[in-house]
Amino acid sequence: MNRLAYLVVIGIALPAFAQDARKSGFDFMGPDTQAMQKDDLANPGMLSVLEGEALWKANAGTSQKSCASCHDDATQSIKGVAARYPAFDETTQAPLDLAGRIIQCRTERQGAPAPQREGRELLALTSYVAHQSRDLPIAPPKDARLASTRAQGAALYSTRMGQLNFSCAQCHDDNAGGHLGAAPIPQAHPTGYPLYRLEWQALGSLQRRFRNCLSGMRAEPIAAGSKEAIALELFLMERAAGIHLETPAVRP
Amino acid sequence: MARALINVPQKSKRGEIIEIKTLMSHPMETGFRPGMDGQLIPRDIIEKFVCTYNGEVVFSAQLHPAITANPFISFTTIATDSGTLVFSWTDNKGETQVQTASIQVE
Ligand code: HEC
Repeated sequence: MNRLAYLVVIGIALPAFAQDARKSGFDFMGPDTQAMQKDDLANPGMLSVLEGEALWKANAGTSQKSCASCHDDATQSIKGVAARYPAFDETTQAPLDLAGRIIQCRTERQGAPAPQREGRELLALTSYVAHQSRDLPIAPPKDARLASTRAQGAALYSTRMGQLNFSCAQCHDDNAGGHLGAAPIPQAHPTGYPLYRLEWQALGSLQRRFRNCLSGMRAEPIAAGSKEAIALELFLMERAAGIHLETPAVRP
Repeated sequence: MARALINVPQKSKRGEIIEIKTLMSHPMETGFRPGMDGQLIPRDIIEKFVCTYNGEVVFSAQLHPAITANPFISFTTIATDSGTLVFSWTDNKGETQVQTASIQVE
């Protein structure tokens, strides 16, 4: 083998051996919270998944069709979908998050009233859909039309904001593994959403989590479903590509 | 609509200690928190949880405002006979939700 070919082989082989330093928020939790997440009969997020399953099968809106009327058995048809969102939406010609897609189906295809962001119905349906991708690796679509929004998300992530003048990256890249007060700072991988947060005493979306961190930074919270929120989500999903989904996760 | 997750071993040996786990979907609103409009959100909590095993109370608990939303209650009992476990959660308005599970004892 000539030297060049040898180098090429090493170059390809090395990344496979290099250890992935990325960790899900799960790995930063105590053993009792981890146990709660792992046991489907103790994980409070499963209550929402069950509710979502009932909603999936129930007729809704003027169409009197259920989600299942079109998609049939979610355990087959919806498997892996959440791992690919946000995706580019042909009708609006813009990136759309999973909750946004569900709102679109509800209103345009089922003729039902738009479920509210962060409302019980939308969280239940989103968690049921995302649960079908549990244990699958995050697989962002290779769609060039997403690139500019993703870049906007990356920029937002490293921009200093708010009265405390922090950027997301300062905590989640520079100080991940450290502590903020008593709370361990995770790497902010969106692995388990919608998830049950013990502090919220409820299930919440990734975008709620953004607002949570933003208000902690004394920055203006970004609206649910807004272009900025979807941009951040796109960037974080790309950054977490390959890590497995856990929905419904539990977090402190 | 509330729902519960219940974990009871389907089969057990007579005399064996079995663990029962219940997770109830409930807001456990304390009655002390103001809502977005500044008014107190009315109290909405489960006050009593009872489990009977073939008609006999084997576990009961009183719940108070400081208890988490979606309360998880786990306890043990002794498998005596095959039959039914009935779980009931009663809230501060007096409404009761009931779920059952069966167990086979050999
Ligand atoms: C001052 C530090 C700090 C800043 C700045 C910050 N966060 Fe966080 N973030 C945290 C902490 C601490 C947690 C974990 C909270 C807990 O578990 O109690 C967290 C949690 C998260 C999570 C949840 C991860 C999981 O496992 O579910 C995400 C996502 C996240 N942050 C995104 C962001 C984004 C996006 C920004 C910028 C808009 C941001 N954070 C800014 C401290 C910060």
